[in-house]
Amino acid sequence: MPTLLEMRGISKVFPGVRALDHVNLTVEAGEIHAICGENGAGKSTLMKVLSGVYPHGSYEGEIFYDGQPLTLRTIRDSERKGIIIIHQELALVPLLSIAENLFLGNEVAKRGVIHWPETFQKTERLLAKVGLTDAPTTRVEKLGVGKQQLIEIAKALAKDVRLLILDEPTAALQENDSATLLDLMLELKAQGVTQIIISHKLNEIGRVADRIIVLRDGATVSTINRADISEDRIIRDMVGRDMAHRYPDRVPSIGETLMEVSGWNVWHPDQAGRQMIRDVSLTVRKGEIVGIAGLMGTGRTELAMSLFGHSYGRDISGAVRMNGVPVDTSTVVKAVAAGLSYVTEDRKALGLVLEEPIVRNITLANLTGVSSRGVLDKRVETQVAETYRKAMAIRTPGVFQKVVNLSGGNQQKVVLSKWLFTDPKVLILDEPTRGIDVGAKFEIYNIMNDLAAMGKGVIMISSEMPELLGMCDRIYVMNEGRIMGELTRAEASQERIMAMILKTDGRAA
Amino acid sequence: MQEDPGIKALLGGHLRENGMLLALVAIVFFFTLVVRLMLDVDFLSAQNITNLFLQNSYVIIMALGMLLVIVAGHIDLSIGSVVGFTGAVAAVLTVNLDWPVIAVIPACLAVGGLIGAAQGYWIAYWRIPSFIVTLAGMLVFRGSTLWLLGGQNIGPFPKTFQSLSTGFIPDVFGTADETLFGLERLNGTALLLVAVAAGAVIWFGWRARSRDANFGMTPEPMGLFVARNIVLAAALIFVGYKLAQFRGLPNVVLVLTVLTVLYAFFTENTTTGRRIYALGGNEKAAKLSGIRTNRLVFFCFVNMGVLAALAGMIVAARLNSSTPKAGGGFELDVIAAVFIGGASMTGGSGKILGVVVGALIMGVMNNGMSILGIGIDYQQVIKGLVLLAAVIFDVYNKNK
Repeated sequence: MPTLLEMRGISKVFPGVRALDHVNLTVEAGEIHAICGENGAGKSTLMKVLSGVYPHGSYEGEIFYDGQPLTLRTIRDSERKGIIIIHQELALVPLLSIAENLFLGNEVAKRGVIHWPETFQKTERLLAKVGLTDAPTTRVEKLGVGKQQLIEIAKALAKDVRLLILDEPTAALQENDSATLLDLMLELKAQGVTQIIISHKLNEIGRVADRIIVLRDGATVSTINRADISEDRIIRDMVGRDMAHRYPDRVPSIGETLMEVSGWNVWHPDQAGRQMIRDVSLTVRKGEIVGIAGLMGTGRTELAMSLFGHSYGRDISGAVRMNGVPVDTSTVVKAVAAGLSYVTEDRKALGLVLEEPIVRNITLANLTGVSSRGVLDKRVETQVAETYRKAMAIRTPGVFQKVVNLSGGNQQKVVLSKWLFTDPKVLILDEPTRGIDVGAKFEIYNIMNDLAAMGKGVIMISSEMPELLGMCDRIYVMNEGRIMGELTRAEASQERIMAMILKTDGRAA
Repeated sequence: MQEDPGIKALLGGHLRENGMLLALVAIVFFFTLVVRLMLDVDFLSAQNITNLFLQNSYVIIMALGMLLVIVAGHIDLSIGSVVGFTGAVAAVLTVNLDWPVIAVIPACLAVGGLIGAAQGYWIAYWRIPSFIVTLAGMLVFRGSTLWLLGGQNIGPFPKTFQSLSTGFIPDVFGTADETLFGLERLNGTALLLVAVAAGAVIWFGWRARSRDANFGMTPEPMGLFVARNIVLAAALIFVGYKLAQFRGLPNVVLVLTVLTVLYAFFTENTTTGRRIYALGGNEKAAKLSGIRTNRLVFFCFVNMGVLAALAGMIVAARLNSSTPKAGGGFELDVIAAVFIGGASMTGGSGKILGVVVGALIMGVMNNGMSILGIGIDYQQVIKGLVLLAAVIFDVYNKNK
């Protein structure tokens, strides 16, 4: 088979990070090529280079397409060449019809006037190709995620696609929708459409892929041919990274059980009938750091936020006990009163009031602690903030600086200070080191160890497995809203966690 | 430990407040000069200063409530109509039903509160955009005013009700002592109160400054601090002196001052006030910090309704009758005052004092341009441009 695409020695550097390091990728015409790797391994960056999101010149290396050098300046350039990428977040306009979405920016029109009969005709033809029978005038919002994914593919077909890139196409899909999508991929392959798929689901990759490239830390680790594909092999290639002394030492002193969650079920707030958390039970002991592992979108944040004042989801059921006593966590106020804190994954959007000074952010969750009868004592408030500034080593000219001016690590310390000031028993830290540089990470780890030493329970949610292995006394492994298993510090390894997440046979029915 | 935040940050922090004050002084100076040159009339005469406050009291009063609404990230377009409606209620109760004034005032405030609650309910608990709810309210209560008044004016009001707007604080030192300090007809109460107020401004300013220093905050430069306080105290004493020359301190000015101090304290020194800023700054973060955001939004609208009712009564008392058109367009003056005063459209920032200065800027311009006989056409254009300029000034500073 002739080679359709060849990427040679692609390197891409962001400030402080080498996202891609001399990656090579060769895709034959008419094959389905899979890309595997952990979060942050460089998969999406590579595809953004290929689709013109990062224009020619912003990366090193060469791309050949159809034997010709490819120099893209915009996404439009790549689409003109028939290279079309479908992102994880669907790019459909929910309030427009299927037909309008399919030809958005590519309308069947003459001098700006849309030819509707032809549009509808073409729409029906495209819908038939992807196996849909919905009317072209149906609004996209009426369709489920599975069908919306198929609409995205039809949209690509409308642009005469030659190389179709699917970034985690089944991440949000249920099993039968995923099956439909995979079937369609094979059918398109038979029609000669070359495809690249990024996915975490190894069983699906095994089903459709002709070849697999595994990326780790921005570099190509291996290329596996169809005959040699096995889940064990992929997992080993994905995670085999050395673990240096990146985590502070700590002698755990673990006490009695602090918090106990049992039979926790949560449903999606908008999509009726979609269960996000299924029968989750977990415990946290005094002085213990408990990890929750899992890939993005497996319900870790949803679990944490639903526990913290039912801030996510609906029809929540299950019980929470603190020190053996059942507690009500149905509002944030009640959850905080019960001794729970939640440090959000999205600091800027959910954790901080960016335009306000450090001092106001630190006291926000416990204003009663710096006031009497509703009147603030600003003297006490400033002292509190100063205390935390010193204890946490928040690097700032003063506590009256706006938090928007702080670095990510210092912002995270402000959020931690805010919650420590509520004197919690258990802290849930959701991706506490995301977007933070290495030095600040180490400081956050130290703070976490201090918290545990103070007798608090810490739940750490993270997508970075080495971090979980380095910090946690115990790790729960989550996938698709379920706890798949539990590993002690001694048992845990990247391979075992990956295997628990990915292996289809490990999953409860 | 202390690092220098840099001159720019320092000026940036105080530039806005001082800038607005400076603008107000400049505008007053401009009109004094021009009115003197063109008409040979004293812009800062005792009578005109009294008028200035009487004409603009309602804008300032409502701007206090509107600041809270805007800080919370909302808007209230209905207040002009609420002014008309509560004025009509006051007229019906006093004139038609002969209620005593002492009962009418709380009744009207309650009506305003209920209107605010009715609108706030949909905004806070049903998450219907405040723009839409209060736009509807604007129509509903304008219509209700027409209906209540039967399309006619109702009046006149009894003297006691009129004194809400046109009354003055009586002189505790007896009437018009002709020989006090050799000056004529000065109102002792007005002088005394103003002196106390000027002293309080300096005292609180000084206390806040030394407190900042205690906490290691870099205080604003001494020169700037002294200059600003001298200007403030001088302005206060000047205004008080002028008022004392005329009929003394209007009731409205006293109400205004008390409310301003109260709201300044509420926004800066209470937990509830603080939470409103956090809610406007980042609603999701506030919610996840255990703040009952819905309840606060509801409260802001109830509060706005009560203040609009107070303004409604003052307007009715000033005109000495309730008219179906009373309060028309007030919402725009009030909203403009809040934005000129430095509040942000997206919520989360703005100060009570800034808003009062903003309202005064609008008021002085209205008054000055009217004296100069500038047509309503030009007046509107100029006011619009001033609003735009003030906000551009803000955005420019932020981006710099």
